[in-house]
Amino acid sequence: MVILALAFSAASLWPGHAESPAVRNCTWCHAGQGYGPAPRLAGQQAQYIEKEIMDFRAHIRDNPFSMQYMWGATAALSPETAHSLAIYFSELLPQAADDGMTDIVATGRSIYQDGIAESDIVACVACHGPNGEGVGEIPRLGGLAYPYMKRRLEQWGE
Amino acid sequence: MDLRVRRSKTAPPNEERGRRLRSVVGLVLALQVGILAFAFAVTGRTGDAATVVASRHGVDGKLEYCLECHGASGQGYHGFYPIPRLAGQQTKYIENQLYAFIERRRTNSIMFNVAHVLSPAMVAGLAEHFRSLSPGPIGDGPRGLVKAGEQIFQNGIPDANVAACSACHGPDGTGNDQIPRLAGQLYPYLVKTLANWAIERGQKPANPDTSAIMKPVAHSLNKPQIEAVAAYISYLK
Repeated sequence: MVILALAFSAASLWPGHAESPAVRNCTWCHAGQGYGPAPRLAGQQAQYIEKEIMDFRAHIRDNPFSMQYMWGATAALSPETAHSLAIYFSELLPQAADDGMTDIVATGRSIYQDGIAESDIVACVACHGPNGEGVGEIPRLGGLAYPYMKRRLEQWGE
Repeated sequence: MDLRVRRSKTAPPNEERGRRLRSVVGLVLALQVGILAFAFAVTGRTGDAATVVASRHGVDGKLEYCLECHGASGQGYHGFYPIPRLAGQQTKYIENQLYAFIERRRTNSIMFNVAHVLSPAMVAGLAEHFRSLSPGPIGDGPRGLVKAGEQIFQNGIPDANVAACSACHGPDGTGNDQIPRLAGQLYPYLVKTLANWAIERGQKPANPDTSAIMKPVAHSLNKPQIEAVAAYISYLK
């Protein structure tokens, strides 16, 4: 754990990366555990981050917090900068939030691994992977904060 | 000239009338039974599982669920695991595979969970519907391997006792009856399937199935050959 923490902090001090204005504009909210409604980005799939930045910028992703925070945050980002930011965050070591209620984890695991065929609910694992790591444009879910995941799932259902 | 048409020159008149009457009655009865069977089949009221047809609404709803993983038009999807193309697949093959998942002759926990809630009518309805989908292939194999793959697909590997794939799967890879369509299948799915044949298929030795026919083929192919033939197949329309 200590080594991980050291490695994480070392990555954050990388000259020209963590100190660059573009990155610091993100890490105000998205560093470490995330802040408020902002999800953590460390270890997120690069292609996913890049796609979401462009979707925020084009006002395609339009949930309330997206509009309030991300539209402004991404307005001045070029595709090249989005690409660099995506790679930067994807290479940071992910740290799990571990903030869900432990008594419902078993149920959650069952839904994640097996889905609920009777209700036409897909098994998340098929796309998001056995450890929630994601792949390509499919996002990492593993380690995201409980309140964030819950809100996003409820938004999908709307 | 006598223009009357005589049906029978030898049978006495009453016997002839009796024969005609029976054939007419038989036809009418057959027609009535046919209409009733059709009506019952459409409303799904017959008790016999083999003749129950799932209502269109039920199949369409479940189909949407399948397509969430298998691609909006059944073309397959690159999830964390490669999810195979079902579009244009042989009806009998899909049915066989769904039952293989249910009976765990083919091991896949995601597909077992999905399949074991399906009624026989639903299995048949879904299998039939996938057959009718026809998106183009995703086409994801390494282009450089296609030529070598075509060689193997069309001519086999005589030295390794491997028959040409085309011999059973057809020169265009569209399969026939129980033999699956391969055309347009996802490259990573084909590679994984051939490499893992012995540990995924035919897992109930007491209940052997048609997967046995591919076991020696999959075993005899080495990794470069699998990758080549998979690349070629991934572009077939």
